[in-house]
Amino acid sequence: MTQEENLNSWLKESATFPRHVIAEIQRAAKTGLYDIRGYGAKRHVPCFDDLLFLGASMSRYPLEGYREKCDTSVTIGTRFAKNPIELKIPITIAGMSFGALSAPAKEALGRGASEVGTSTTTGDGGMTPEERGHSSTLIYQLLPSRYGMNPDDLRKADAIEVVIGQGAKPGGGGMLLGQKISERVAGMRDLPQGIDQRSACRHPDWTGPDDLEIKILELREITDWQVPIYIKVGATRTYYDTMLAVKAGADAIVVDGMQGGTAATQDVFIEHVGIPILPAVRLAVEALTEMDMHRKVQLIVSGGIRSGADVAKALALGADAVAIGVAALIALGDNSPEYEEEYRKLGTSAGYYDDYQDGKDPVGISTQSEELAKRFDPILGGRKLANYLRVLTLETQTLARACGKSHVHNLEPEDMVALTLEAAAMAKVPLAGTNWIPGVTKL
Amino acid sequence: MIEFDLDQSDVRELNAALHNSDIAKNQSKWKVRNTKGRHAIAVGIDETLEMLIDGHVGYYCAGMNKHANITVNGHCGPGVAENMMSGTVRIKGNASQYAGATAHGGLLVIEGDASSRCGISMKGVDIVVKGNVGHMSAFMAQKGCLVVCGDAGDALGDSLYEARLYVRGKVASLGADCIEKPMKLEHKAELKELLKQANLSDINVDEFHRYGSARTLYNFNIDNVGAY
Ligand SMILES: Cc1cc2nc3c(=O)[nH]c(=O)nc-3n(C[C@H](O)[C@H](O)[C@H](O)COP(=O)(O)O)c2cc1C
Repeated sequence: MTQEENLNSWLKESATFPRHVIAEIQRAAKTGLYDIRGYGAKRHVPCFDDLLFLGASMSRYPLEGYREKCDTSVTIGTRFAKNPIELKIPITIAGMSFGALSAPAKEALGRGASEVGTSTTTGDGGMTPEERGHSSTLIYQLLPSRYGMNPDDLRKADAIEVVIGQGAKPGGGGMLLGQKISERVAGMRDLPQGIDQRSACRHPDWTGPDDLEIKILELREITDWQVPIYIKVGATRTYYDTMLAVKAGADAIVVDGMQGGTAATQDVFIEHVGIPILPAVRLAVEALTEMDMHRKVQLIVSGGIRSGADVAKALALGADAVAIGVAALIALGDNSPEYEEEYRKLGTSAGYYDDYQDGKDPVGISTQSEELAKRFDPILGGRKLANYLRVLTLETQTLARACGKSHVHNLEPEDMVALTLEAAAMAKVPLAGTNWIPGVTKL
Repeated sequence: MIEFDLDQSDVRELNAALHNSDIAKNQSKWKVRNTKGRHAIAVGIDETLEMLIDGHVGYYCAGMNKHANITVNGHCGPGVAENMMSGTVRIKGNASQYAGATAHGGLLVIEGDASSRCGISMKGVDIVVKGNVGHMSAFMAQKGCLVVCGDAGDALGDSLYEARLYVRGKVASLGADCIEKPMKLEHKAELKELLKQANLSDINVDEFHRYGSARTLYNFNIDNVGAY
């Protein structure tokens, strides 16, 4: 035994102070600043992986793959809007700001989504012509900061999303650090170049759901009741938030779980605030059902959606559609091993890069540096995103057909079981092999 | 002249007519009566027209206005002229919270008092208040001018960016990163012009103090943590 092997065999890492915790304490002591980063939560939380589909057998019959139709279309905004959104697939692109992302990256999101018949969403910082031009269906966010908000763009939007919160930081405002405030970004936000921009965490002209109802009335009046109005919340008190959003007059509700991605947020916020999407979907559906609004006010959920399995499980719990952020960026090329050497120079590695706030993205996606952004080809990126969205859709259909469903919306909680007690309690589906739903049925 | 009596027709019909360019382009003078505190009156206008709103209005009157010159002969609820882009909105009475919130351009004149958070997150609008403004006015104000001919409440200009604040009376307290700055000739000239546009030329610009951002919070610095 070498000396080194001998050393390793008796070293025991502390469960309380593992190396990444030690490193963070050392970093905090050195800089006096909290850690700000992009991406979503990195800790493990109960998630869709903890659910399984039962599939058809003796008592249910499946649909033939490739032959029998399994519809994936979804209509959003049927409650009040004259022109609801019609999507070919139940997977949408979540709001990610120009500022956080480069202009070609936004363009690629539009190209990819439009190719497969789904929507993209603006973000904090306003609407760019590239994005409007390349997105057949574009949702325009109304955020607390109101950066770039103007009635012309509002009238160009296919739907409006009032953002109250984000899963990565429910109760927190936006952040865009100085290195990403280029001349164009600063101009769109009416701010000096190079400053650390902190967006407000509360809307400037309303407080509480009663005011929000009037704010939504104003938005409808400005847009002549043409387009749907969504309300986006971070998942926390989801049951009540959903009810209040319905009361405030939303056509659709977007619930973003704590795993949800961000461009720049304090790590402590990302990891410690909000609830996972697994219980949040169920809570939102319960609230909608209780108000007799399920399928009337559409539910879009997000936060850590990666595969068709995640999509199918979210729909089975009662969502009408999902939204993706980080996964879409990865499809565009984020964290690509092609740039490993450059990731190393930044002190990280492909697969670990989360410094979206820094603007040094080697792939040219989360940056405002023209030089880096030039590396990114929006046409190729768009094609990759379209491919990825097609795979998600095919996977979702495969699972739905296996459960005998001719529309992905026909999936239901009854098609699933849970692998863990936590997931069973949170999703309210039985633990596999039992009839037990903790908190609902007796063992 | 086109006249809307909101007891006879509703706010929806008024706004629809205002957004119908066939009507709005050919009608330069509008009058609205029996407003009775209704919300979202005359929002999203995108035409050069003159409008007299005779009565009190609820939330978000003249929201996102472009080009129009609107006079409200009464008091206003919260968020009057929110996110206005251009044109003029003149309030004969008082305005509730968030007057001119996030407005990007144009001129908002309040002949009475304005409540709290007047000019919150303003992005280029000019606001002239003949009376007083409430607490947290010009919070996170980015661009444009807020002129207060009376007194200002607590925490004026908290977390201010590049907006310029002119106050004639007392300021209860300044918010984080807001400081008094010297009134130079260029500022007096700017103020004089704004008062003129607001039909308040008789007010003496020498009686005003100027406030602006100390710019110490522009980039995060741990030594300023107490201010956050
Ligand atoms: C780079 C980036 C920028 C984002 N910007 C915004 C934004 O401007 N507004 C917003 O509501 N959410 C924003 N989000 C959150 C997403 O809209 C979405 O809620 C989240 O990414 C969903 O989780 P997922 O990334 O795990 O799919 C951003 C997320 C990322 C990754």
